[in-house]
Formats: sequence, structure tokens, C-alpha cells
Amino acid sequence: MNTLQWQIATITKITPETAKVKSFTLSLPGWIKHRAGQHYDLRLTAPDGYRAQRSYSIASAPERTGEIDLTIERVEDGEVSTFLHQVVVPGDRVEVRGPIGGYFVWDATTSGGPVLLVAGGSGVVPMMSMLRHRAAVGAKVPVRLLYSSRTYDDVIYREELASLATGGVEIFHTLTRSQPAGWTGYARRIDDTMLAEVSRPFGASALTFICGPTPLVESAATSLERASLRADRIKTERFGPTGT
Amino acid sequence: MAERFVTRGFGGRPRSAVGLAARIPPGQHLVTDFPVLSAGPTPRIDLATWELALSGLVRAPVKWSWPEFLALPAEEFTKDISCVTTWTKLDMRWRGVSVDTLLEHVELAPNALGLVAECHGGYTTNLLLSDAVNGQAFVAYEYDGKPLPPDHGGPGRLVVPHLYFWKSAKWLRALRVVDRDRPGFWESNGYHIRGDPWKEERYSGD
Repeated sequence: MNTLQWQIATITKITPETAKVKSFTLSLPGWIKHRAGQHYDLRLTAPDGYRAQRSYSIASAPERTGEIDLTIERVEDGEVSTFLHQVVVPGDRVEVRGPIGGYFVWDATTSGGPVLLVAGGSGVVPMMSMLRHRAAVGAKVPVRLLYSSRTYDDVIYREELASLATGGVEIFHTLTRSQPAGWTGYARRIDDTMLAEVSRPFGASALTFICGPTPLVESAATSLERASLRADRIKTERFGPTGT
Repeated sequence: MAERFVTRGFGGRPRSAVGLAARIPPGQHLVTDFPVLSAGPTPRIDLATWELALSGLVRAPVKWSWPEFLALPAEEFTKDISCVTTWTKLDMRWRGVSVDTLLEHVELAPNALGLVAECHGGYTTNLLLSDAVNGQAFVAYEYDGKPLPPDHGGPGRLVVPHLYFWKSAKWLRALRVVDRDRPGFWESNGYHIRGDPWKEERYSGD
């Protein structure tokens, strides 16, 4: 088995995360340990041979053997994500290959830190693999996550993130559309002030990962550069309306 | 076995008209917008100091300033583009200077084999000369009749329509002629050394 060979995974569990986001647990006959931040390609084949293929970030920790979680947002008119959300049931099989990607990755034992994570929407998925990985290996690297969601109900992994925010992990939420009563987090789009506040304790050399919709990634990366973070320490991953 | 696998319940979208389907490489899907993908921040480049260099294994290296570059013979290119992230966009309208035109200004060394595109921000990608000449590659500075915006690689980006779009390096500052086909940025990070969409050369080993 190698990472470029297609294999047939069995979906063993489907977990709703929010109204538009589900996590799919895939049992892999040819499981290979991934690096946090990597993705799998997933393809669907129709009886006439027609295929649709997309890449999805791995949400689970590399330390979990034999299976992975892919957390997938249902995209309006998305051919693959809509099928996965509306048709697939546990026991179904899909073809996947991976893990793939050698750039937007973080290894708690070798990559160093401190680590600044900036995520928008389902851009939090690769960050979740990093945080779960850090917890699984008991690393002490300081990590700060700034996570932008539209509303409280759109926050993916809300409870697990709260439980992970300990021992050097700090999580900052911003809700851009509406906020529940008594909300104490940020309540606007990510901006210079917010990024400066969150990144300041780490200084200019923070290893930074930014993932989310293109406008968010563009503005966050530009803003962090203005705040004197080193461009060569900023890694970005973008998805547009068609990125899924 | 994998070749015969069918996903339960999957019919897929209505198939594109025959003529259109013939233009979409395997594993790709059609889009109508223009997604942005980059590995790092978008550099802001001042046209007053912008330069394009043609260097490496040439008898006398050349540099063009922005006005000099704009004075080179330019062409319209209407091309289909495929990104390794599986989007394909048809009939993208560019204006730019072909690599052939640039190469007319130098004399290549006999052992010249490839080009390394070097970019602001540190990105690099490798190309064989045989993939860059004969109208196959150009340095674009307009898209859809307008100056190329920074997030799409402006002021100038390489465009190599017949290869996956990561070969079309944004924020180009130099083309270096080399005698070996060494992997660039994505090619060193698991992606294919050449990247032909019609052969699905996505990852190294494909």
C-alpha cells in the first residue's frame, strides 16, 4: 500500500457537527499514519464510469490507527459533499487515497513553535488534526487558535475545542453574524487589531497556519505580515466556493 | 479491483455536452469562477522596481523593467486551465508575452534543458524547455481584459495551460535556464514533476 494507491474505505460512523457539517469515520484497509494537516482524495464512481473527485482535510489525530475522520461541509450545489451528506450511510464504501500533502503540515515533536492557527469555517479541520495530535503525544508547544464562525451554532467541534484549551492551548472565537446573549468572544470579522492581540505573545517567529475561505486567508496573511510576522513562517491553505 | 468499483447511489451530475466533456481532463470538474490558491501570503509588488530576468545557462542574461516588458510583442491567449485541486475553467482569456518571445533575446547554452520559474515570496516551479516553447507558455499581465490582480499573481505570472495550474507560477520575477529538471516547491512537496492533467500526473508517483 502506498499513499497514491486508491483503496476502498468503509464509512463506519457519521457524526453531525453543525447543521451543514458532518464528520465521516473511514475504516481503511491500507491505513498509513498521516501528518496533521494532510488530506485525502475521495472519489465517487457512477455505474457508467463517471467520476467526481475532491480533496478533504483529515480531522483526526495521526495517532489513531486504522481509521481517519474527514469533516466535510455541505457546499451549496456541491456534487461530492451533497452526496456524502444526503446519500451515504454507515456501511457504505468510498474510494480514497492518501495521506497527501507535505507543506501545510505540523509535527508536534519536530516542527517547533509556538504555533498560531487562524481558521475560518471548515478551515478549522486541519487545525483540529493538529490540536488532537498535540494532545495525543502530550506535547507542550504553545498553540493559539483564532477561529472565525458565522454564528454560535456554526462553530465546528465547539465542545471538544473547549476541552482542548488547556496546558498551553488557547482558543479565541469570533462570531461574525450573530452572537448569543452573554457572548464574551470577538464579534466581528478577523482584522488587524484582533490578529495583533492574538499573535502578540508569540512574537514575530510564530509558526503560522491559516486556512479558510480565500478572502479570510488573504486578509489574515496580509495583516500578519504587516504585524511583522515572517512571511516564510506563514503557511496558507485556501478554499473558494468551488474548493470542495 | 479498484477500477471496477462503483459507489452505491452515486449518479453524478448530468454529463456535460459531448464537446465540452472532451475538454475536461479526467478527475476534473468544471467551474465558472476563478479560485485562488497559494501557499503563503500575497506579495505586493511595486511596478517601479518590478523586473523580469531571464538568466542561467544563457550567453548574456536579460532583464526587463515593467515598461520594457510591456513594450515586448504581446498576444491574446484563450486557454482552458486545470488546477490539481480538480477545478477546470474553460476559455480563460489572458494577454501576455510568450516564452518564445522572451527566449529570442538570449542564446541558450547547448546543455539547456529546463526552466526554473522564480517568484516573489520564494515560490519556484520547474518546467522542461520542451513544455515552455512553441506557444505553450507565456508571462501574463492581463486577465479578462484587466490588469492581473495580486491574488491571481499580478503584476506578471507564468501561464502554462497544458500543465496543472501550479506550474503557472504567480508573481514571477525570473526564468532561470538550467541543465537538469529539478523539483520546485510543490514538486518537492509530493506533487508530480511534470503535471499533465490529461495523464492525471497529480502527485509524484502518479
